[in-house]
Amino acid sequence: MTSAPPVAAAASERSTPAEVGGSRARRAGSGLGPGSPRRRGRSSNGLRRLEPYAFISPTAILMIVLMLVPIGMVIGYSFMNNVITNHNPKFVGLDNYVDVLTDERFHTALGNTLIFTLTSVGAHLVLGLVFAMLLNTPLLSNASKAVFRTIYFLPWLFTVAIVAVLWRLLLNPNGVINYVLVTLGLSDNGVEFLADPSLALAAVTFINIWAGYPFFMISLLAGLQGIPRDLYEAATVDGASRWQQFWNVTIPQLRPIIISMCLLDLIWTSQQFALIWMTTGGGPINVTEMLSTFTYKLAFSRYEFSMASTSAVIVLLLSMILAVFYVRHQRARD
Amino acid sequence: MSNVARFRRVVATGIAAVAAVSMIAGCSSGAPADSNGKVTIELAQWWEPELPKGEFQALIDEFEKENPNITVKLLSGPYASTKEQLFAGSAAGTMSDVVGLDGAWVSDFAKQGSLADLTQLFKDNKYDDSKLASQVQLDGSTYMIPVVNFVYPMFSNDDLLAKAGVTAPPTNRTEFAEAAKKVSALGGDTSGWVLPLSSEAPNGIQNDVMSWVWASGGSMLKKGKPDLTNKDVTSAVEYIKGMWDDGSIAPGSFTQKEQDKVEEFTNGRVGLMIDSLAHINLIRQNNPDLKFSISALPAVDGYEGERGIPYASWGIGVSESSKHKTEAFKLVEFLMSKKINSQLSTMAKAFPGNTESEPDFSDADPLFKEAFDIYKAGKPANEFVGLPVSEDLMRQFDEQFQKTLSGDQSVKAGLEAAQKSWSAEF
Repeated sequence: MTSAPPVAAAASERSTPAEVGGSRARRAGSGLGPGSPRRRGRSSNGLRRLEPYAFISPTAILMIVLMLVPIGMVIGYSFMNNVITNHNPKFVGLDNYVDVLTDERFHTALGNTLIFTLTSVGAHLVLGLVFAMLLNTPLLSNASKAVFRTIYFLPWLFTVAIVAVLWRLLLNPNGVINYVLVTLGLSDNGVEFLADPSLALAAVTFINIWAGYPFFMISLLAGLQGIPRDLYEAATVDGASRWQQFWNVTIPQLRPIIISMCLLDLIWTSQQFALIWMTTGGGPINVTEMLSTFTYKLAFSRYEFSMASTSAVIVLLLSMILAVFYVRHQRARD
Repeated sequence: MSNVARFRRVVATGIAAVAAVSMIAGCSSGAPADSNGKVTIELAQWWEPELPKGEFQALIDEFEKENPNITVKLLSGPYASTKEQLFAGSAAGTMSDVVGLDGAWVSDFAKQGSLADLTQLFKDNKYDDSKLASQVQLDGSTYMIPVVNFVYPMFSNDDLLAKAGVTAPPTNRTEFAEAAKKVSALGGDTSGWVLPLSSEAPNGIQNDVMSWVWASGGSMLKKGKPDLTNKDVTSAVEYIKGMWDDGSIAPGSFTQKEQDKVEEFTNGRVGLMIDSLAHINLIRQNNPDLKFSISALPAVDGYEGERGIPYASWGIGVSESSKHKTEAFKLVEFLMSKKINSQLSTMAKAFPGNTESEPDFSDADPLFKEAFDIYKAGKPANEFVGLPVSEDLMRQFDEQFQKTLSGDQSVKAGLEAAQKSWSAEF
């Protein structure tokens, strides 16, 4: 038997609490001098207790250095009059929070972020679900479905920078979309999608929807494929229509995935920076200003790092509310 | 537990702990030490990557040959990285001895006490500053010297202008507005003038809007404070608003950046633009068939005075935290000397910061020579240099300007709002 020796070796190395207690008791009556068996036993126990901490220490230290310390520093900065550009910062309590929360630009950014985020997440869900159901149809062959799956999934493969450049070119007043609109007689001089204050927020939201729906689609498709056929057969036997099957079988079965995805997407989308920055920069005027661009400008254009930290802490708190819901939901699932 | 097993456990625990400690150690770096009695100074800049490979290093080698006791360590990176590096260095008190500067950063660095007072260094080193074309000063002290300048003249598409019946590049505002209107009237996707106003990179306010003020001898400041409601600025904004209402400006202005402007011009879709000379080669490379010329910025009709031309600089300064200020200043003096400044401006296709230096444009595009003549006939003008949070000032103005162009507010109301927000920064 080849497995016997390792099992035996493992058994010899792993001691149960009773065995440890027994060995302690046995060592109690022995000599106590330096290098004695009892002292070796203590040092061995100490090392054993430290062992798991030593193994997790690289990750723990990384987490502390790269996450907890910076977050702590940013929270600390938010209570100072200004930092980094000011060598002698002073504690100002909640003054920065009052300033940021009463700033009209912050209100604009918060409003825009809410519209952008809620619309994006809603559309991601609807589009993702629709495409997932199309791809889950038994009417198409597997090869056809693979082709459509690849096409529908393409937007997810592009990085934000590529998405931004691509849509800037497409939506340019001299771009392809305007060429089509003018050629078809739907517009006289083209539409300034990103530069028109009345259209810019809708345009960047559309781009974000386009870039983000495949993630929902793939997750929901996996969920759809996991729904037992029996449920649909039972519903059919009970006389349920397609619509009733959708509402009473499909949606309840997908609900855990939908809730998780929506919470994650709310957190991600509310922090979207690169797409906004590379398409409109928060303009025209301030119609696409988001909390992320507002914070960035405070830090790197105005060099008000304390105010930027305050804004970032507010965003962190808002995200944490969503994160709490997400964690609770995950626990409830487990 | 066997001795071997215990040994293994101790070794494994030790390795894990050492790995953790070395990760932290890996995050820090030791300071370089001087050797052989030589002084090593650092020069942080974004110029080397923008020059032909090896040319800037060759100048530094020449400096080291002339000053055998000084070694120069070049810290080169793109513009944005250099900016971040300098801001971090300024905060931590670890700025390089000599630093490449943009005029827009000077006020903030000087306020933080990160830059040495060059006026004092001139005195200490008995340096004659009369040959410097310009100096960036705050409260009477110089903190930055423009080493080379990149000017922003007017570019005109000769073919488009001819097609629109305009025989020569416009020289005053009326001619410019008429030319722009005629080119736009050609139809299709052509427009008279391109005006980038993206709030991501709001330097269009400096180069394409305020340049109209400076070209006619006007100013946006009064005794160093904002004066945006004066007649010069009002007239320039009303003028641009007029062209906007006429439909003479290319669509998409509110989100266009400098590269979009160059692209529109290069593709022959706009007749006129105000742009950096540095883009001449790029335009030639991307559209060799494009016929274009450059001229001085049009001024108010009848204006005979000296025309201001917007410019951007490769500036230089010395760190206040440098332990080798004398050696650092020697490098500044070297780069500003007649011969070296001529060489550097030739390499960069820019104009020298030393008034006695002459760039050699014999091998360059003939437009550079023309531009140099325009430069010498006018004066470099950029009032944003040395202002606090200058990029944010441009962005604040941009927001009000966009509202004005959109018709959400009058020119007067827009300028008053911008004046109010600017005043809060001073």
